[in-house]
Amino acid sequence: MESKTGYTLHHPKWHRDAKPIFWWVKRWVYIGFIFRELTSVAVAYSAILMIILYRSVQSGPEAYAQMLECLSHPVMLVINVLALGAVLYHSITWFNLSPKAMVVRLGDWRVPDLMIAGGNYAGWFLISAVIAAAYILG
Amino acid sequence: MAEETITIEVLRYLPENGAEPEFQSYDVPLRSDWVVLDALNHIKDHIDGTLSYRWSCRMGVCGSCGMMINGEPVLTCAAFLTKYAPGPIRVEPLAHFPVVRDLVTEVTDFVDKLKHVKPWVVREEDKPLEEGEFKQTPAELSDFKSYTMCINCMLCYSACPVYGLEPGFAGPAALALAQRYNLDNRDEGNDERMARLSNDEGIWSCTMVGECSEACPKDVDPAGAIQRYKLAGAAEWWKSFITRKGK
Amino acid sequence: MKKSNDAFWWTLFGGGGALTAMFVPALLFLFTIATPLGWVEGPSYANIAWLLMHPLTRIVAFGLISLSFFHWAHRFRFTLYDGLQLKHLFELIAVICYGGAIAGSLVAAYVLL
Repeated sequence: MESKTGYTLHHPKWHRDAKPIFWWVKRWVYIGFIFRELTSVAVAYSAILMIILYRSVQSGPEAYAQMLECLSHPVMLVINVLALGAVLYHSITWFNLSPKAMVVRLGDWRVPDLMIAGGNYAGWFLISAVIAAAYILG
Repeated sequence: MAEETITIEVLRYLPENGAEPEFQSYDVPLRSDWVVLDALNHIKDHIDGTLSYRWSCRMGVCGSCGMMINGEPVLTCAAFLTKYAPGPIRVEPLAHFPVVRDLVTEVTDFVDKLKHVKPWVVREEDKPLEEGEFKQTPAELSDFKSYTMCINCMLCYSACPVYGLEPGFAGPAALALAQRYNLDNRDEGNDERMARLSNDEGIWSCTMVGECSEACPKDVDPAGAIQRYKLAGAAEWWKSFITRKGK
Repeated sequence: MKKSNDAFWWTLFGGGGALTAMFVPALLFLFTIATPLGWVEGPSYANIAWLLMHPLTRIVAFGLISLSFFHWAHRFRFTLYDGLQLKHLFELIAVICYGGAIAGSLVAAYVLL
C-alpha cells in the first residue's frame, strides 16, 4: 500500500509546536519573503493605473491633463513612490531568482547563473531605456 | 587560569514529566576545535547523562545531527562554538517535526515522503544483464550531480515555512531527489513522479521562499530544483492540454 | 489525488511576473513620479494618444495589464494562505483572487480593445 503523505500518527507524548499566525515576523528573511509576495499588490495597482490612463487618453486632452494633475497631488505621489519601491523590489528579486528556473545549455556548456541573471538585467535596462526614450523624445 | 566557558541552552522535553519543553543551561569549555555536537557530547558524558540527541559520523555525511542553533537549522557537527561566542548558544530540536524527547525528532513523515517520490532509477522494463551497463556521459551526469549530494538531514524541511504550515507538502529534499532521478538519463519514472507531484501537495505548494537552499549544508539547491520542476510541470500541462484539445 | 490546474495559473503568474518586472518600473517612474515632479516633460497629448491608441500598443498593453492581474492573483492567494494561515478558506480565496483577475482583464479588454 502506498503510504499517504500528510498524515502523521497521533501520539500523545510527542511535542508539537503551534505555529503563530504571524510566524514570518520572527526572521528578516521571512519578512522579506512576505514583502516580495506583497509587491504583487503594487503590480495590480499599476495595472489599474494603466487602465485609468487609457480611459483618460480616450476621453480627450482635458481628461488627460486632469489625470496628470491628479497624479501631482502629494498623496498620489507618496502612494506612487511606495508602489515604485515595491515594483523595483519585485524586478530585482525576480531577476535574481531567474537562474533557478532557467537552465540554458549551449552544447555541453551550461551558461553560468550569473550570466543568466545578468542577461535579465541587461534586458531590463534596455527595455527601460527604450520606454524612457520614447516617452521623453515623443 | 580557569578555562574559558560558553553557555549552551538546550531545549529539554521530557514526556514522562508531562510538562512543556524548557530550556536548561550548561556551561561547557569554549574550545576552538569544538563544535556544538562536541559540547553536547561533553554535557552527556560529564554533566547530565539524561540529555537525548542523535548523531553519528561527526563529519557532515550522515545527516543525523541537524538541530536549530539560535533559530537556524544547521548540522551541529559543523557549527563551531567560537562562531557563536560569547554565547549563550540556544540549541533546539529541528523545527516543524514532532519532538520525541529533548533534541530527538520524529521523522517518519519525511521518510514516507521520500518513498513517495520514488527516489531510485525507475525502468519500464529491466534490461537483461547481457546487454551490459547503462551508459552515462559526464555531461549527462552533470545535469543532476549536485542533487545527488543530499544526505537527508532535513535541515531544508526546518527552513521551509510552507512545510511548517502545511504538513502535507512533499517538501524540499524529496522534490529535489525526485528531480535528481527525473534528470537522470537512465530513469524512466518521470511521468509517474509528475502524476504524483504536480498537485498542491507537491511542486505547486512551493512559494519559493528559498530558505531551503540557504540551509542546505551540501549545496543541493532544492529551491532551484523545484523551480525547474515547476517549469517542466507547466510545459507538461500545456502539452497535454493542447493534445487533448486536438483530439 | 485530484488533477490540479495549478500549472495553468502558475504559467500566467510567471509570464506576468517576467513581463511586469521588465516593463512596469520604467512606466511607473515616468508617468507617476518623473512627470508630476517636472523632472521630465512627457509627450504632447497628440503624440501619447497616437502611441497608446496604436493597435500594436493596445494589444501589448492589454497583455501586460491582464497578466499583471493574474500575477497578483496567484501570489496574493498564496500570501493569504501562508501569511495569515487561511488555508481552510482555500476555495473562497482562489475564487476571489482568480475571479478578480478575470474581472480586471475583462475591464481592460473593454477599455483597450
